Amino acid sequence: MTAIADIPEAPRAARRPQIGNPVLRWLRTNLFSSIPNGILSVVLLAVLAKGLFSFAQWGIANAVWLTPANDSSACRAVRGVGACWAIIPEKYRFILFGTYPFDEQWRPALAVLLFIALFYLSTRRALWRRELAYLWIGALALISMLMWGGILGLSFVSQDRWGGLPVTLILATFGLAFGFPLGILVALGRRSKLPAIRSLSVLYVELIRGVPLVSLLFMASVMFPLFMPNGFNIDKLLRAQVAIILFAGAYLAEVIRGGLQAVPRGQYEAADALGLSYWRKNRLIVLPQAIRHVIPPLVNTFIAFFKDTSLVLIIGIFDLLTTAKTAIIDPAWQQFSVEVYIFVAAIYFVFCFAMSRYSRSLEATSGR
Amino acid sequence: MTSDAPRPPPRRRFFGAFGQRELKGLFWQALVVGIAVAVIVFLWSNTVTNLSARRITTGFAFLGREAGMPIADSLLAYNPRDSYLWAFVVGIANTLRVAVIGVVLATILGTVIGISRLSANWLLSRLAAVYVETLRDIPLLLQLLFWYVLMQALPAARAAWRPIEGVFLSNRGLILPAIPIGTPQLCVLGTAVLGLVVFYVIQRRLIAQQMRDGKPRPAWPFGLGLLVVLPAAVSVLLGVPWTVEWPQLRGFNFVGGLTLAPEYFALLIALVTYTSAFIAEIVRSGIQSVPRGQWDAANALGLRRSFMLRQIILPQALRVIVPPMTSQYLNLTKNSSLAVAIGYQDVVSIANTTLNQTGQAIEAIALIMAVFLTISLGISFFMNWYNSRIALVER
Repeated sequence: MTAIADIPEAPRAARRPQIGNPVLRWLRTNLFSSIPNGILSVVLLAVLAKGLFSFAQWGIANAVWLTPANDSSACRAVRGVGACWAIIPEKYRFILFGTYPFDEQWRPALAVLLFIALFYLSTRRALWRRELAYLWIGALALISMLMWGGILGLSFVSQDRWGGLPVTLILATFGLAFGFPLGILVALGRRSKLPAIRSLSVLYVELIRGVPLVSLLFMASVMFPLFMPNGFNIDKLLRAQVAIILFAGAYLAEVIRGGLQAVPRGQYEAADALGLSYWRKNRLIVLPQAIRHVIPPLVNTFIAFFKDTSLVLIIGIFDLLTTAKTAIIDPAWQQFSVEVYIFVAAIYFVFCFAMSRYSRSLEATSGR
Repeated sequence: MTSDAPRPPPRRRFFGAFGQRELKGLFWQALVVGIAVAVIVFLWSNTVTNLSARRITTGFAFLGREAGMPIADSLLAYNPRDSYLWAFVVGIANTLRVAVIGVVLATILGTVIGISRLSANWLLSRLAAVYVETLRDIPLLLQLLFWYVLMQALPAARAAWRPIEGVFLSNRGLILPAIPIGTPQLCVLGTAVLGLVVFYVIQRRLIAQQMRDGKPRPAWPFGLGLLVVLPAAVSVLLGVPWTVEWPQLRGFNFVGGLTLAPEYFALLIALVTYTSAFIAEIVRSGIQSVPRGQWDAANALGLRRSFMLRQIILPQALRVIVPPMTSQYLNLTKNSSLAVAIGYQDVVSIANTTLNQTGQAIEAIALIMAVFLTISLGISFFMNWYNSRIALVER
């Protein structure tokens, strides 16, 4: 409750005369501005110090960093008092690439780098041109070629051997690449004057958003084979990908709808006055403005979505989280799952944190 | 800008009052509906063929059959000989048990952290920011598995941790002292609920009267009477035993008290901490949306801090907070379906088992969807009602 009382305190404290040692002054304004604040600071410092100290003891001082291959005895000796980071060098190839043929793992590694380069280029505002779309198509084709192989002397690797980080990136990226246009169509449909199209769009969005992603994934894995003609069977990964695209489409549609609502009526009327057709009006005038309005929430949806691809664990697809969980089934290393989860959490964190920083910088520069 | 070129004649309308636009509209609608119907018919006919080929009968008749699946941790009494229908009801109750308690705890924790982020105390606001950033950027499923692993790594029942007397934390879960609730206790609780309803009506009356003549009428004496004195009197009159049952270690397990199973506890922690990070951001932006001048004006009037927050700042902040909060509550409820990953038997997990036992995939998934759609619509209906009550009334 002291926290509540402190809110209006900040500007007053800042107005104090700027005298004395700058370090003391900083401490005084930021940590010890009042007696309750001082007590809070001391308590927090104590808790923080204790927490950091025990974590450092477990994670650094008592930790085992390397062991001979396949030998976890050193780790088991420190169990409970120290971390076993040795499991990471032991298992990182499996965690990152799953059961992809060991000698060919440079291919998924290169695919991951391509993905990262693609994301990075897409964040550069100067590059937001038509050519970027071609770049995306080219890069995604190149990634598919690397993953599947079968041409240019690359050996063929079937989809059920893919795993780890590339699968997570594929599910997320293709989910967005197809979910985005789908979302635009559905958002336009929801604002359409035609009742049948409008109600179909509303039905789609509400049905998908009303149920958990898990149930859509179950549907993809269990019911999809029932829906298809006999003998027609598509790969499990592709089925999950379809579920994820449908899911992304519904969520993105709602974000884009928000942007469409923010475009002033006058813009629509001006486009009509120019005699533009419905599609040209939306493509040239309305959508560019609408999407610009909602770029920060779009990035936030991307982050949520990137994390949600981990749910494919539940239907047994080998994404990054599933490979991590599988890596610790090995009896010798079973007890060291916390270390593996921390490693994987760090990978997810790097991707999501980069995106959220980017979204923050967009909000700051969008002139609001 | 005059032009001498003759204007083209207006286009002829072929269908009388029916214009080009309407025709085009009809065409597009017919096309989209046609495609939708064709897809549904295609899927439907395939499904019917496939089901008959696999000799799976459709329909919900299987719900009456004996379920035969064990449910380890349930709020309602359950026996493997009960029907699938009852198993589903037990699953729904388990989902609601996580969702309702999760929503309450996440709101409290999220509000505290959101306010902490705005604190003048640098350390507190930094720590809150780190909490929010870290939890938001790691998938919930990963956090859930992490908590579950930690729960399993806890000491066995014999060596259980005792943070406070009567509270045990072990790999059997969290065991708390509890008051067993029977009919007499329910009577007292019922009185309190009744008192709450009456108090609400009285309070509205008092406010309406104050609106007429401007005289403030305190409502707290009624609150005290109806919510404290009355239930206490009933409790004394009936002689209700409010004895606390302390858990005790017997052999390899605990007896008495309230046990939160490791699965439930891990799921609850993961949902609460994850959602609280999002709620914290909503609360923070809500409070920041209140213009600085409102704080200054309230300060200038010399109002007390608590009064100022309650009467001036929060009502304005809530307008910004409530709509996004609704989607967080919905998210938490839907995310409780991740229970299936650690074996807590919520409705999704039970439907999944049913599906594997009976092959009734369509019905089981339809049931999951129906349950979640009902919950979602219920929550958004309630929150929209609440939102419309607190929304700014403008001319």
